[in-house]
Amino acid sequence: MGEGAWKLAVPLGLAQFSFFLAPLLLLAATSFATDENFSQFSVQAWLDVLGDSFHLGAVLNTLRLGALAVLATMLLAVPLALLHMVAGPGLKKIILLAAVLPLLTSVVVRTFAWIVILGREGVINTALLSTGIVSSPVALLQTEPGLILALTQIEMPLMLLPLIAALARIDPSLLDASSALGASLFRTLRKVVLPLALPGLLAGATLVFASAATAFISQSVIGGGRLAYLPALVWQQAMVVFNWPLAAAMALTLMGSVLAVAAALSALARGAQA
Amino acid sequence: MMRLAARDRPLALLILALAAIGLLVLAGPVLIVLLTSFTTSQALRFPPPGLTLRWYAELFDATRSAQIHRAALNSLAVAACTAAIATALATAAALAISRSRATWARFAEGAFLAPLVLPGIAYGLATLMFFSWLRLPPSFLLLVAGHAIIATPFALRTVGASAAGLDPALLESSASLGASPWRTFRRVILPLILPGVAAGGFLSFVSSLDNVPVSLFLSSAGTDMLPIRLWGMMESALDVRVAAASGVLVAVAFLLLVVMDRAVGLVRRMAG
Repeated sequence: MGEGAWKLAVPLGLAQFSFFLAPLLLLAATSFATDENFSQFSVQAWLDVLGDSFHLGAVLNTLRLGALAVLATMLLAVPLALLHMVAGPGLKKIILLAAVLPLLTSVVVRTFAWIVILGREGVINTALLSTGIVSSPVALLQTEPGLILALTQIEMPLMLLPLIAALARIDPSLLDASSALGASLFRTLRKVVLPLALPGLLAGATLVFASAATAFISQSVIGGGRLAYLPALVWQQAMVVFNWPLAAAMALTLMGSVLAVAAALSALARGAQA
Repeated sequence: MMRLAARDRPLALLILALAAIGLLVLAGPVLIVLLTSFTTSQALRFPPPGLTLRWYAELFDATRSAQIHRAALNSLAVAACTAAIATALATAAALAISRSRATWARFAEGAFLAPLVLPGIAYGLATLMFFSWLRLPPSFLLLVAGHAIIATPFALRTVGASAAGLDPALLESSASLGASPWRTFRRVILPLILPGVAAGGFLSFVSSLDNVPVSLFLSSAGTDMLPIRLWGMMESALDVRVAAASGVLVAVAFLLLVVMDRAVGLVRRMAG
């Protein structure tokens, strides 16, 4: 591979230009169009999204869902990644398999699993009823807590894998040294492990946020119709109502918020490394 | 294992407990789906009142589940084409950018990975608008094009990691011995990066098979896709065949995972 190696990037560049950049530019143009020939333009669709309390509420709902999914996956993935760091080879393999297998099973299957778990006759209600904690089934499907619980599993591999990769670079003897010098476990975790794990944590947070905020199937099947999230509204406006400018404006709002969060997190990651 | 002082035990126990819950939350649902697929009940009751293969029999029945079979075949065909295209594009691009320290290469890498963080639903809608603006009706090829854009970054990451480890001296000596660039690629480069290429092909195949956002907007009656069909079955009447279909998908994913892990160390590659 000599001087001309850059030419090998041309096919992918062309494919991305024609099938990625061009459609996104057309999406942006459509959000300002008033008819399909693009003969006139208006900002009506944007006023409908950003000036309307229902649509604005859906934007905030979606962002909050992404943030809560990040916190919930962190709560379980950080301890699991710490366990992976100190575990023997057998347990390490089990944790990795448990992290990778859900990633390879269709998101539809993972969503379906949570219908079985959260349903009126599902795992949680059966357990609660048989232990006498509640006397009638609790509504979990079509609620936000139920959806967050489901997203915790559905998105956890995206948090766990970058964390495991980041912690794998920590030399275990550092931990022994820290405790030999009299630091408590809490202090060791905060002063030694956390700074080194931070890039993985932020990478995981970005992926989980982006994925949870746009998880159309999980949101619509587990969240149901009463909870308004942007992806379902985009789909409705595009495929049922056929208001394409509004659908485009909402899709771009979703895209803008996700990219803003991703940019903020990556700025944090750079700041942490500097 | 670290030795723990007495004062550290509560925190260590808390971490261990949360890790155990994490493992249960990760693996539990997969096992629950498998068990549910053998239920004798018409409802999704758990634990199942009895066990039967009835739903699998219905799922594999050629006439009663014809629509599901057609959707599954469409999905497999699109995934195969997507994986071939995504892997070829990603391998070429990875060879160009992974060993270059130039600014354009860093920029290109960022641009090539962009589809990973972009909300799929926005991109799916964009492809629908773009293709209908071009007056192209929904088709197999358009689905492949949309899927390939989403799948290529997965392949680019694994191939890029392999290509970054290539020893430049090997390539230079191959060239100085008179080998053409193509011969150097076939005989020197490809054998060395093959595990990364295979892992990339596998991940892009799975990404396409699982794709919802693009298929949601681009599939039609003629090109029904499996995830969209299963979503329809979950949203409308409750159909326990979804459990059997899920069981098949879990079993296939597990088998592929074991095979790919033996062959190319897939699990290690996915953990960075």
